[in-house]
Parts: sequence; C-alpha cells; structure tokens
Amino acid sequence: MATAAKGVVLLDFWVSPFGQRCRIALAEKGVEYEYKEENLWDKSPLLLKANPVHKKIPVLIHEGNPICESLVIVQYIDEVWSNNPLLPSDPYERAQARFWADFVDKKIYECGTRLWKLKGEAQEEARKDMIEILKLLEGELGDKKYFGGETFGFVDVAFVPFSAWFYSYETCGNFSVEKECPKLVAWAKRCMERESVSKSLHDPHKVHEFVGHLKKMYGVE
Amino acid sequence: MMLSLAPPSNPSRSLATNPRTKAPFQIAKTHPISGLLLPIRSMHRELKLSSSITSEKRLPTAQAVSERVEGGTRMTRGGEDVKLLGRWASPLVMRTRTALNLKGVDYEFLEEVFGVKSELLLESNPVYKKIPVLIHEGKPVCESMIIVQYIDDVWAATPPAILPADPYDRALHRFWAHYVDDKWFPSVFASSRAQTEEARAEAVEQVFAGLKLLEEAFQKCSKGKGFFGGDTIGYLDIALGCSLGWLKATEKMTGIKFLDEAKTPLLAQWAERFCANDAVRGLMPETDKLVEFAKMLQAKFKTAAPAK
Repeated sequence: MATAAKGVVLLDFWVSPFGQRCRIALAEKGVEYEYKEENLWDKSPLLLKANPVHKKIPVLIHEGNPICESLVIVQYIDEVWSNNPLLPSDPYERAQARFWADFVDKKIYECGTRLWKLKGEAQEEARKDMIEILKLLEGELGDKKYFGGETFGFVDVAFVPFSAWFYSYETCGNFSVEKECPKLVAWAKRCMERESVSKSLHDPHKVHEFVGHLKKMYGVE
Repeated sequence: MMLSLAPPSNPSRSLATNPRTKAPFQIAKTHPISGLLLPIRSMHRELKLSSSITSEKRLPTAQAVSERVEGGTRMTRGGEDVKLLGRWASPLVMRTRTALNLKGVDYEFLEEVFGVKSELLLESNPVYKKIPVLIHEGKPVCESMIIVQYIDDVWAATPPAILPADPYDRALHRFWAHYVDDKWFPSVFASSRAQTEEARAEAVEQVFAGLKLLEEAFQKCSKGKGFFGGDTIGYLDIALGCSLGWLKATEKMTGIKFLDEAKTPLLAQWAERFCANDAVRGLMPETDKLVEFAKMLQAKFKTAAPAK
C-alpha cells in the first residue's frame, strides 16, 4: 500500500448493500472512519490497488491494510473492536449466525438481480424463489426481536441492507413482502430504529430509482 | 434449525433414530444401482448392503461405510457424540475431516450413498440438503468452512489453532478461502467439463491465474513457514489443500499440468507437504478413483433429460 496511514478508510458505493453492512458494523462499534465514494464505472487507482483480485467495493483499509469481501470485513471489525459483539460467544450459535449470513450472501442478491433484469417466465421463477428465500429467513427469525435474539447481531447486519430493496423486489416481482413475510417487515422497522442502520440505508424509493437506471443501462423494459 | 437426535440406547452401535417416530433413519427403499427393493432395518445395514452389491461404487477400503474414526491419543472432551455425514470423493467433506483430525477429535463417519439423500441428511440440512454435515451432540452444523470454524471454536483449547490469532491474518485466510470456493475451484471443474473449446480455454486460464494469485498469497500468509497457517495446517491450507485430489484428477483428464514447480514453486512444495501431513494422510482420494467417478458423473449427466 502506498500510504502507511493509520485510521480507517472505507471504499464504498452509496446504494451497495454490501458496503452498508460495513457502515452498520463500524457505526455499531462507534469507529470513526473516512468514507470514500467510488464511481463503479470509473474505479479509482486506490480501489484497483486495494482489491486487485475482484476490483470491487467494499474495501476496508485499516492501518494501510486492505480487507475485502463484506462479511470478511464485518468479522474483522467485530474482532478488532470487541465492544458490542456482533457474533455470539457460543460456538454453535456462531456457526448458525455464519450459516444464515452466508445464506443471505448466496441467495438474495442473485435472486434480486434476476427479479429486475428478467421478464416473463424467468422473472416469475425469480419471484417464486425470492418469496421462498424470504420465508426461510422469516422462519429463522421466528418471534425473536433480531436474528441475534435480544441483541442486534451478525445476521441482522448481513441482511438488513437488503430491506431497502424490498420495495424494488415487490414492484418488479408484483408481490407484497408484508403479506408474505410480515415478521420480516416488522424486524426491518425495528432495525431502522437503530441509528447505525437508519444512517446507513437509503430510502427504498431512491433504491428503486437506482434500479430504474440499471434497467435502462441493461436495456430491460 | 436444531435437530435433536435421541441418544443411542446402545452407545456402541451409535444408531441415529428419528426423534419423532423413534424408528431408525432410512437411507433408501430402492437401491439406485441394482434396483433391488431392500428391507430397511437400519441405516448401517442399508449402507453395508449397498457397498457389497455395487462393485463399481466401491467405497475406499479405509471406510467401511460407518466407521468410528479414532482421533488419536488426544481426546479433548471425553465421551462427546460427533458424527459427520459425507462421501469419500467430496473435497468439502475432506475439509471437515482434516479439521477433526488436526484437533484429535473422535468421530463417526457416516457415508452417504451417492445419488440418494438419507433422511438424516434431509433432516439435518433442510436448507441445502448437502454434505458435509457435522452433528455434534445432536445439533447439526452445515457448510464446510463454517464447520471448520466451529471445530476450531469448540476445541479451541487444543492446538493447533486453525484460524490465526491476528485479525488481519484471519481476514486474509477467509478472503482467499472464499476466492477458492467462489472462483478458483469452479474453474478447475469447468476445465474438464466445459462444453465448448472456448469455455474450456477460459476455465484453464482462470485456473492458472488463480494459482499465480494463490502463490503470492502463500508468500504473504506463510511468512516463510511451511503452510498458509505458518508452522501448522491452517484455515486456508484446509480450504485449498482438500481440493488437490480433484486438481490432480483434472490434470489427468485434461493432460494439463496445473500445479507446476516451474510456475508456482511455493505452492507445488506446499502441496506435497500438505498431502504428507498426518492429519491429511488417508483422507485424500486416489486420483484414479476420482477420474473414474468423474467419468461416471459425466456419463450420468449426458444420459439425463436434455436441458430446457
């Protein structure tokens, strides 16, 4: 790394749910950091140097060391700043938390992309898949306050940024998240009462506007 | 998602029973190869029958279907019930077995019959229905690297530590393990299974490019020692090392020497060291058996219904 600067820098993109995970984690820990907005269509030399393998945001640069991949970053933040732990201390609970955060990673973004990008039968399949994914997550949440139980935790951090995309999923897929998964909607509202979340997420209508831009770019509709 | 298995009435048999019906778990009613309708008495008996009937699905001699795997002299927490659902050919299963071996943990290996998912598997991994699944004191843990971290957490008092102590080193191990799973290993498979010459060439290039990156990662992580984890096998060693069997099989099938001492000397030497390690020896599937297995898989997919 060119600079041996101390401190924390986050290379990010405003609407990215992956970047938002990192913002939420840093806020939960009360860590001050420098936020650097990247233009994904004109990536900075710093980003390309910090993440040469994937050339993607988010990247956390801490004391000159770059850390990539949002869930790797969140675990790093949790380990370096041990206040307000995001992962539980019990090994089995930790494994469950990692499993469900990984499930969100594997399923939501890919399915969400199919929802806005595709039409006809393929979109209908994406709609069915998304409802199934959300129902599985709602099943895991159950009647708990958060996925982490009484305390806001790792799975909450991993999943809550996608709640700002619920409106887009509903509109593209023609279904209602509230109707299919009312507990998830209630959970998302509870999370938004936390400053770390409300300050990191954007208004769902703004997100949907962004999806509109993406659709134009990809010639959808 | 908790699966609570009734404790075995006869501990030496270690039979898993359905907590609802109290009946032993069934694996399959109709044998997938012979087509015989097998009288199901117990999971263990079913697996024994299938291995004796099907010579082409011969299980490696080391694993007689359901075996008690001794963890060695280092018993860390006495009398614990540890079961692992898996299959001999799976590199993901091998990861979890390597981790258990490293920690000297005694466990029971339950071999799943290929092509048939047991009730135990379906109940303990309802989300993905895939192996490996670790069942520890009746509670299932899924996803190979999550299982490896779980093993590291539970048996934290027993050296060696699988994840390094420093948060940045841990982040590096996690990042590269994710890269192996997300990008590199899929390209290894694609290089022998690609349908077009173009796709194959792209996959081959990706494998080589990945090895080059991993060579640099080795230099950074090992800090001059023998493994990504330093003196002992660590998280990234397990993630990458357990795919060496399939890498060798792919080299044989494609005629391409991927792991080349001339191109990636550190990795080539590391690979030999990894395969010779006590925790790994006996787990790595034989190259010829994997090639045979791969050919069987490819034939199976070719005769399946054409894609939409």
